[in-house]
Amino acid sequence: MSDCNLGSMPLRYRVTIDRDQCMECGRCVDNCSYGVFRQDGDKILINSRKCTACHRCITYCPRDAIMLAEHPCDYRSHPVWNQQVRESIYNQARTGKIILAGMGSVANLPVIFDRLMLDACQVTTPPTDPLREPVELRTYLGKKPSKLDFRQKANGDVELATELTPNLMIETPILLGHMSYGAISLNAHLAMARAAQEVGTFMGTGEGGLHPGLYPYQDRVIVQVASGRFGVNIDYLERGAAIELKLGQGAKPGIGGHLTGEKVSADVSRTRMIPQGSDAISPAPHHDIYGIEDLPQLVRSVKEATGWKKPIFAKIAAVNNNAENVAAVARSGVDAIAIDGFRGGTGAAPRVFRDHVGIPIEVAIATADKELRKQGLRNEVSLIACGSIRESADVMKAIALGADAVYIATAALAAMGCRVCGNCYQGLCPWGIATQRQDLVDRLNPDVASKQVANLIHAWTLEITELMGAAGITSIESLRGNRDRLRGYMLDAGLLDVLDVKPIGA
Amino acid sequence: MAKQITIDAKGVDCTSLNQQIREALKDGADEVVVNNVLGQRFIGDGLRGNATICVHGVAGGDLAMFMSGPTVVVHGNAEHAPGNTMDSGKVVIHGSAGDAVAHSMRGGKVFVRGDIGYRGGIHMKQYETQRPILVVGGSAQMFLGEYMAGGLLIVLGLDGVMKAREIGSGIHGGEIVVRGDVDDTCLAAGAKKVPLTDEDRARIVPVLREFAEDFGFDPEPLVNADYTRIVPASARPFAGKYTWE
Repeated sequence: MSDCNLGSMPLRYRVTIDRDQCMECGRCVDNCSYGVFRQDGDKILINSRKCTACHRCITYCPRDAIMLAEHPCDYRSHPVWNQQVRESIYNQARTGKIILAGMGSVANLPVIFDRLMLDACQVTTPPTDPLREPVELRTYLGKKPSKLDFRQKANGDVELATELTPNLMIETPILLGHMSYGAISLNAHLAMARAAQEVGTFMGTGEGGLHPGLYPYQDRVIVQVASGRFGVNIDYLERGAAIELKLGQGAKPGIGGHLTGEKVSADVSRTRMIPQGSDAISPAPHHDIYGIEDLPQLVRSVKEATGWKKPIFAKIAAVNNNAENVAAVARSGVDAIAIDGFRGGTGAAPRVFRDHVGIPIEVAIATADKELRKQGLRNEVSLIACGSIRESADVMKAIALGADAVYIATAALAAMGCRVCGNCYQGLCPWGIATQRQDLVDRLNPDVASKQVANLIHAWTLEITELMGAAGITSIESLRGNRDRLRGYMLDAGLLDVLDVKPIGA
Repeated sequence: MAKQITIDAKGVDCTSLNQQIREALKDGADEVVVNNVLGQRFIGDGLRGNATICVHGVAGGDLAMFMSGPTVVVHGNAEHAPGNTMDSGKVVIHGSAGDAVAHSMRGGKVFVRGDIGYRGGIHMKQYETQRPILVVGGSAQMFLGEYMAGGLLIVLGLDGVMKAREIGSGIHGGEIVVRGDVDDTCLAAGAKKVPLTDEDRARIVPVLREFAEDFGFDPEPLVNADYTRIVPASARPFAGKYTWE
């Protein structure tokens, strides 16, 4: 652009090849879908500017010859005008546009989970041994009756008189969160569906409809209804084991989403039921919900359509008045509420939203649980925590803060190979995850990937079992909302009060 | 012979009423007549098949939501969002309807003889042979055809001035056809007026005839009237708004 004096930005990454090690096999050239490598005669040339740090080349180099460095060019160091701030200015000075970015928040803020310590038993109460004593992780998601009525049969037996509402039974309190077909590939969806079936949990479709390839796993699928209503018809609603109404997303609270026309391939267009190549625009609100009194109508319309046979979830983003939002949603008739913290993932979100809007999931779950108990509504809904659940300890802490279960999404992608490079929006994911290009999708073997996702959930489940045993807790119900088994480490008094957690030593 | 089942909705809550309608369809009814309807919601919600449901009274919100096939005829008004996310089939409303009529509708027809409220036809969409049609006999209010992604929306203004402003805000597919002229100031960002060609007219005439027949009036004045056609200025209304990190 001749009328712009900003020129090119310093390299974000520099890729180098150790020429003594390199045997010019060309695997890096074949594997890099971004075009970093090019074979020129007997030499491999490098264009570092195209690199996204996806590590595909490094993973597949048989000689460990490739090395990558981030920010190889220094700016004058400055604590306020950091590199990201400056480069955003250059970008917007050039384009005059809103900056979109892939994956979750990169804001360097403290992670509350990391400042919460878990409890264990010692001499005053001994730990239990999970090898010998069963630790019950099975969880039921959905409404629980506030009281049970029984009646006596003629033969003297007693039976339950209270009519129970449908619940989802999960063998471990970990669900696979909503990522749409379109944002990710069919093979990634298949891998998660098979993993969900293997470990006894569920996966979310996101707002992209349900590909026929997933019909064999539909009993393990939670179908999502979002503001764009893409892929939603009665058939879709009836296939799902549960239905989630997406009201918000942690990575971009208060706004909708756009799947750009380039990503709407023939297959994606069939599943979303929109023309190939057209933008799929999800508005910020559901346009049939303009007030909290409209939400019960949407919830009920979905229940009526499916004969009151399925649990209905609602997903909201965690924002300032989270407790009020959760209480309002709990009164709308839903069976479970997923709360997405501000570190939640996304294929693409405006950077300014991703890094600056919302509150952390730790706080959102704690305040939701507290408010629901205060209002006598806790049994009306299950709570699902999401938004950067990274390891089994996060699951434990989220449950101790009041969650019934968690959604994992970025962690599941990482289990399939994702390196969290944040370039999902380019549609060129060399791991075959965030792409619709068939040759790249083919790189992800759903049998292999599903095993890896199942392994991850299995490993976390084992760790949770050990942690619970160490804490002398034999059932997940006894951990839920059990803040006494948490201690805040270097958290301020105000935040400890909000979390209802004591400081270390107390 | 067509089998007709009659249901009295007086004092019946909406879930029970809808269960009765489902039972009637299961019993093989070709026509279900529902009398004394007074605001019960979700009538026809998620129903399949090709039966006709005749509603006498005022239908509540989300009439025929997710419906796939049947015909619902309302002899009265309908509340919020009739035809919401409807898949196929037909809704004929002899009175007026509330806001968000045909919200996210993806197929079938919604005919309203009277007026509709705000956001009529919002986010209607189309895919291959599925092309939803909303026809309004009276007037529409603001944000007509907002976020429209496909389908055909016709407003006839038979009872006086068309009140819609901010027409086609964020429209990126489909078409809005309004009888008579529409002032430029009534169009929202992203919408533009184009002349109705003979080809366009040939396309809408069967719809106009069907509408006139359903409500029992002479189609010829409508067939020959002047129309304004409103279409997206771009199929990618937000393409110019974003850059990448």
